[in-house]
Amino acid sequence: MSAVPGQASMPMAPSNASTRLQQRRTRILRERAIEGVLFLAALVSVFTTIGIVYVLLKESVLFFTHVSLWDFLTDTQWTPLFDDAHFGIMVLLSGTITSSLVALSIAIPLGTIIAIYLSEFAPFSVREIAKPFLELLGGVPTIVYGYFALLFVTPILQWFYPALPGFNILSAGIVMGIMIIPYVSSISEDAMRAVPMALREGSYAMGATRFQTATRVVVPAAFSGLASAYILGISRAVGETMILAVAAGMQPNLSFNPLEPAATITAYIVQVALGDLPHGSIGYQTIFAAGLTLMVFTLFFNVAGHFLRKRYREAY
Amino acid sequence: MVAVPAQLAAPPGIKAEVKGLNFYYGDFQALKRLNMPVHEKQVTALIGPSGCGKSTFLRCFNRMHDLYPGNRYEGEIRLYPDNVNVLAQGVDPIEVRMRISMVFQKPNPFPKSIYENAAYALRVRGESRRVTLNEKVEEALRNAALWDEVKDRMDEPAFNLSGGQQQRLCIARALATDPEILLFDEPTSALDPIATASIEELIHDLKNKVTILIVTHNMQQAARVSDYTAYMYLGELIEYGVTDEIFIKPKKKQTEDYITGRFG
Amino acid sequence: MAYAKNLEEIRALIASHKRWDLVFACVGVLALMIGVLTFVALFSDMAIKGVPRLELDFFTHFPSRRAGQAGILSAWVGSCLVMLTTAFFAVPLGVAAGLYLEEYAPKNWVTDIIEINITNLAGVPSIVYGLLALGLFVYQFGFGQSILSAGLTLALLILPVVIVATREAIRAIPQGIREGAYALGATQWQVCKDHIVPYSTAGILTGVIIGMARAIGETAPIITIGALTFIAFLPPSPLKPEPPFVSFDWLTSPFTVMPIQMFNWTSRPEAAFLVNAAAAGFVLVLMTLAMNGLAIYIRYRLRKRINW
Repeated sequence: MSAVPGQASMPMAPSNASTRLQQRRTRILRERAIEGVLFLAALVSVFTTIGIVYVLLKESVLFFTHVSLWDFLTDTQWTPLFDDAHFGIMVLLSGTITSSLVALSIAIPLGTIIAIYLSEFAPFSVREIAKPFLELLGGVPTIVYGYFALLFVTPILQWFYPALPGFNILSAGIVMGIMIIPYVSSISEDAMRAVPMALREGSYAMGATRFQTATRVVVPAAFSGLASAYILGISRAVGETMILAVAAGMQPNLSFNPLEPAATITAYIVQVALGDLPHGSIGYQTIFAAGLTLMVFTLFFNVAGHFLRKRYREAY
Repeated sequence: MVAVPAQLAAPPGIKAEVKGLNFYYGDFQALKRLNMPVHEKQVTALIGPSGCGKSTFLRCFNRMHDLYPGNRYEGEIRLYPDNVNVLAQGVDPIEVRMRISMVFQKPNPFPKSIYENAAYALRVRGESRRVTLNEKVEEALRNAALWDEVKDRMDEPAFNLSGGQQQRLCIARALATDPEILLFDEPTSALDPIATASIEELIHDLKNKVTILIVTHNMQQAARVSDYTAYMYLGELIEYGVTDEIFIKPKKKQTEDYITGRFG
Repeated sequence: MAYAKNLEEIRALIASHKRWDLVFACVGVLALMIGVLTFVALFSDMAIKGVPRLELDFFTHFPSRRAGQAGILSAWVGSCLVMLTTAFFAVPLGVAAGLYLEEYAPKNWVTDIIEINITNLAGVPSIVYGLLALGLFVYQFGFGQSILSAGLTLALLILPVVIVATREAIRAIPQGIREGAYALGATQWQVCKDHIVPYSTAGILTGVIIGMARAIGETAPIITIGALTFIAFLPPSPLKPEPPFVSFDWLTSPFTVMPIQMFNWTSRPEAAFLVNAAAAGFVLVLMTLAMNGLAIYIRYRLRKRINW
């Protein structure tokens, strides 16, 4: 460090040019190395996706050497572990679809209503309490929800409808729906908050009430955000495992009746994993084929949600 | 930076020279053919209406534009006495910033203690000895006329200081490593009149120690504080000269119009 | 007189519209109440059935065929060890990735692919992570049905959460601070380590806690790896009495975790086991509530502390 103010802190005699050059080279190398390490960390997500695709495809390809794609898609029985094995994915899909429909018929309306209420009606204090509370609701482990569905909700439903079996899609679906509400409501609410105040002011200035402004101006303006919230909800419902594994029973059942037990794709995978399947057997491969089907669905929904989210973010 | 033999060294009294500087934000040319000397240990002011490019010009000196993609320099800013072109591709911007410091428009102290703020530039250079740090921090804070006000609370957060004090802390921070040129980017536009006056006094005292380049939209400030003034308009340097001459007898009509308030 | 009539009509119209306002506000509160009631019912159900079972021996016993003697020792120890492994991988990877994306990444197709992947992975069902772990970690890499596999899987699962939290925390830092540091001659890494990371720590911490809260409750991926549901022993201790005093054997040991233990008990028909399940569930809910609550609290304090 120079004691004379104003002079360069780097000495300028030629003999130190090489040290400066050396210092500079080490510094540049160090910076590049650090950037490289950080980049690798960021790439982990890409590796994960590649890993998932690889694992699912590898076992599914083996699976499809035993079972034709046509049988897989059209067979009406799913009995992979019997001697007379059938591999009709529709059986498991029916469970997934039914449970998702029940769940979404609760989550989407309630989630949207809560979002509209919190964004347009609720006073600040209510919102400050409700938002963290909803986060907590969404943070409860799904196994606990499963227990709740089996041992609390089902008995209550049976009080109304005594013929309801102990394992059924309905109670699992209801609980799943309530679990998904926070996902739908939080994204919907963000979308509605993103609508500029100017639009609302325009509506109020014409004498509209809160309800009219909310439903005629804000909700349509936030529509792509709402759509992406719904798609996230669908994705979540389709991928849910434990609630269904515990409360809906693990019995494959080709039916769209929520009052019966059924196995979903996810519950089936759990069931197999709980048992003891030798690595490389056809039974082992079925879970990957089932997982592949699941991924195709959720990928489709995720991509759709992504585009919708991009659209609403660019609108303002 | 490569040292240059003495016979090619600077004209006397000149710290830096801008030669044919063009600057582009992407396709847009923000600075056009700028040529200007910067006198050593003097205050040079850049004035002009909004959007004339004075801040853009200032930021070329310490390569701030390198932080954002899409920017391009043409031309030279030669730094003396070693006659190196600050804008050259081969010149490391980090080294440039170690020789040329900057004070920003909005005071931006770090959310650290006053001491740590002042010491940061030293730490960045690898200085870690307590004794040296204490010495240089005190010297810098004295030069920034802040020492007496903060010497008993060096460990307090910098955010506790008033706006004017924060700006002086930023000045101290920039001074701690004895820069060759100190750049001021509208340093008082976010401050109240009393703080502004103290900063202007500070600049006046500092010029004996370091070359100063200041951008200001306040003409009276330029007239009060600077020795040389450059008037810019739409990216071009319209007129440059000794401050008194520019303000009393400008050579160009454009300059006169701006100074007398006919526009801008 | 036409004017007065109009006024009355207008007033009646407004009154009926306002009625809709009121109706909807009530519906909104009702909808919220459904959520509240569910939570209250769930929590009290667990509490009522489970709390009586919460004696010391519940925490210090292994699971057993006799419900009265069964405990969650192996489960909560397993959960702790798995959480440790998860945090060990997820935190550095997530923060590094978030830092890269916010401070270093150029706007090109590589960065786009990385960002798309992160968004995508956030929506992948947890059971698919289990399949990934089964195929890759357990068999291909040979880590076996161990704590290491579980930790890695959960780390990948919560990675998007940590990355997003890191990015948002970093984005909140005003550009003026960065410029100030660069102008003093700092290199990019110096700016990151001296400013960016320290100032975003609270936000990152919030994200990590939320991620860990999620990981604690995850059952499906762990079952898929093959965590056994009846484990009556503890993994080997990380600390040993003889040198070198630290052992990593526990990483490769079989194990179980809290949610799986609860799942196991819930699947038994005997009422006594259901009580155990409720008790385990209550502990689990308390843990996740505490962690989520802590994260929310940190976020609240953060809003008041650093005001740029």
